[in-house]
Amino acid sequence: MFVSNIEDIPGKTITTCYGIVSGSTVRTKHLGRDIFASIKNIFGGELKGYTELLGESRDEALDRMKAQAQQLGANAIVNVRFSTSSVAAGAAEIYVYGTAVTVE
Amino acid sequence: MDGLIISLIFLVLGYVFGKLAERRHYRSIHAREEILVRLPTTSCKKPIKTSTPINHAELVHGHVVISIDYFKRLLAGLRNFFGGSVRSYETLLDRARREAVLRLKESCPTANEIINLRIETSSISKGGSGDRVGSVEVLAYGTAIYYEQASTQPSLL
Repeated sequence: MFVSNIEDIPGKTITTCYGIVSGSTVRTKHLGRDIFASIKNIFGGELKGYTELLGESRDEALDRMKAQAQQLGANAIVNVRFSTSSVAAGAAEIYVYGTAVTVE
Repeated sequence: MDGLIISLIFLVLGYVFGKLAERRHYRSIHAREEILVRLPTTSCKKPIKTSTPINHAELVHGHVVISIDYFKRLLAGLRNFFGGSVRSYETLLDRARREAVLRLKESCPTANEIINLRIETSSISKGGSGDRVGSVEVLAYGTAIYYEQASTQPSLL
């Protein structure tokens, strides 16, 4: 599966377009991480727990998007965009979307 | 009274450790930026060298969550009262952005260049009860380009 955030896959030509595919996850961290993060908030610096959490959810959202594209019979996704929003305190929604295409 | 003492302790702790952490972080950013300067990164949609054939391209991303310390948050609160530029948040965002781009570059060390770099910032855990968590998440993503015979040809840029 080729994935890029530009309009095409360099070195290939797009033959078929299937339309938008997307993947999303909403995640919240567990209490341990939350407590650790609030302690870290006093000292400042990187919140490793949150970084990990968002990384995991982003990978999962990407996987879901790829699965959807595969289902359609596409072999590439172009023009991928990420977006993050906090739906509730402590919960983050990761949304990934792009255009599923077939390239040759 | 107890509350005042606790917040004073937090203030001192925040000032000392926050300052140390920021200085250490900037040192590491400068060192790594120097190493990774050979990997050109643009926000253009087309590769710089149009004549060179491209082997393959892939989506790469890097992200980081950074929090501000207790002392600086109070300082920013005071600034809010008088107005003006909030220096403590400026350095926080600067650090987060540069770190995210560095992580993106480190995730693809053999790439020849990165095009269409996008940086997205969001403040997570916003709207919590009581004291706001002054933490930001920065995500950097782009398309890594690998030219043909990438290993034999050193980057000219």
